[in-house]
Amino acid sequence: MRLVATPGQTVGPFFGHALPYDGGHELVSPDNPAAIRLHGRVLDGAGEPVPDALLELWQADAAGIVSREPGSLRRDGRTFTGWGRAGTDDRGRFAFTTVRPGPAVPGAAPYFALTIFARGLLDRLFTRAYLPGEALGSDPLLASIPAERRATLIANPDEVGLRFDVRLQGRDETVFLAYPRD
Amino acid sequence: MTDILDERVPGSSSDDESSTQAQVSEEIRRIAAAHQRSGATENEARLDYPPYRSSILRHPTKDPHRVDPEGIELWAPVFGERDIDPLEADLTVQHGGEPIGERMVVTGRVLDGDGRPVRRQLVEIWQANAGGRYLHERDQHPAALDPNFTGVGRCLTDDEGAYAFTTIKPGPYPWKNHRNAWRPAHIHFSLFGTDFTQRMVTQMYFPGDPLFALDPIYQSIVDPRARERLVATYDHDVTQPEWCTGYRWDIVLTGSHRTLMQAETPS
Repeated sequence: MRLVATPGQTVGPFFGHALPYDGGHELVSPDNPAAIRLHGRVLDGAGEPVPDALLELWQADAAGIVSREPGSLRRDGRTFTGWGRAGTDDRGRFAFTTVRPGPAVPGAAPYFALTIFARGLLDRLFTRAYLPGEALGSDPLLASIPAERRATLIANPDEVGLRFDVRLQGRDETVFLAYPRD
Repeated sequence: MTDILDERVPGSSSDDESSTQAQVSEEIRRIAAAHQRSGATENEARLDYPPYRSSILRHPTKDPHRVDPEGIELWAPVFGERDIDPLEADLTVQHGGEPIGERMVVTGRVLDGDGRPVRRQLVEIWQANAGGRYLHERDQHPAALDPNFTGVGRCLTDDEGAYAFTTIKPGPYPWKNHRNAWRPAHIHFSLFGTDFTQRMVTQMYFPGDPLFALDPIYQSIVDPRARERLVATYDHDVTQPEWCTGYRWDIVLTGSHRTLMQAETPS
């Protein structure tokens, strides 16, 4: 039986008291020796920050294993659940404290899966933030994207971890993904 | 589409009240007419929908890149009993007293695109109070806050994919998309499936709302059959004697890629 999916709608401006939660952006404790920050900004078509966006991060652990553990909403400080949520601030900035994901299979290019919601965005967007590294050269998705847009999917190392900006529109617009099944 | 773009306020990127409802309604009408002439099927909201002014600078201009999900994308986060309190499903008991408004139950099932129940998965809702006011610092609507209503709920679906919330019926509220803009009453829903690719956020509406035709967010789903999927049904079997009214709303996510691959493995 095939059913038609219910349409999405914008998250609107008033999700701030509902979706973000304490510790949502900290997949691991900042004290964790392997902890890094995955951070960046969400920008609109005029290059202005989007202060009312929400990002969700979903990733494998450092060994490339997908967590099947509950507890993302009430973290116990030990279990890696692989999922987190962070709103943007008044300057459009978001930040997660997490670990670098390992490859899904040996040699594959590891990436963070991201979902983006915002006021003004009528449906959610999906993208990937790849870790920089040699494995990128053999990644099938990156290979299928025009060279000039590829960089929008790759996080850049900086002093605190990895920087990844999301540009909703315009020059250097982030490559967003669709996963059609038919 | 240029005829629509020409009506736009130059440089308008976000909320402004320089358009009238009549102008916005005319833009909505033209887009709907063009869609109808095209004969195309569209089951999703349009990201590029100028009558919703805030979308103008926030929609991607390029088509999404089609990809087969792999690795992490074939899985969704797991939520469990430890993540939520059962009381979070009742938005009317979160404070010392009863919230003002029409008490109601909203219930339904979360299914995937193959009709399978999405079991033991997180459903989150948020909404305005009976007067159309959100408990949010940026809500400037001069309607009363209700000290007994936060308007936020969570639950896990059961083994049949069913969810149920007890809440009060939210009111419509004004917003600044254009002059005299009002949103139809709605409840925001946030849903997860079994795969990352099924994640979605949407809004549930109430049957017969007179604001439907005027609302650019609802109308951004240009196919009437598609947007009617967001309207709950009044269900007297959900209504409870001497207690509350009942609405039913089933939600269908996209199809799972992982279970499809598993189903195909034996053959």
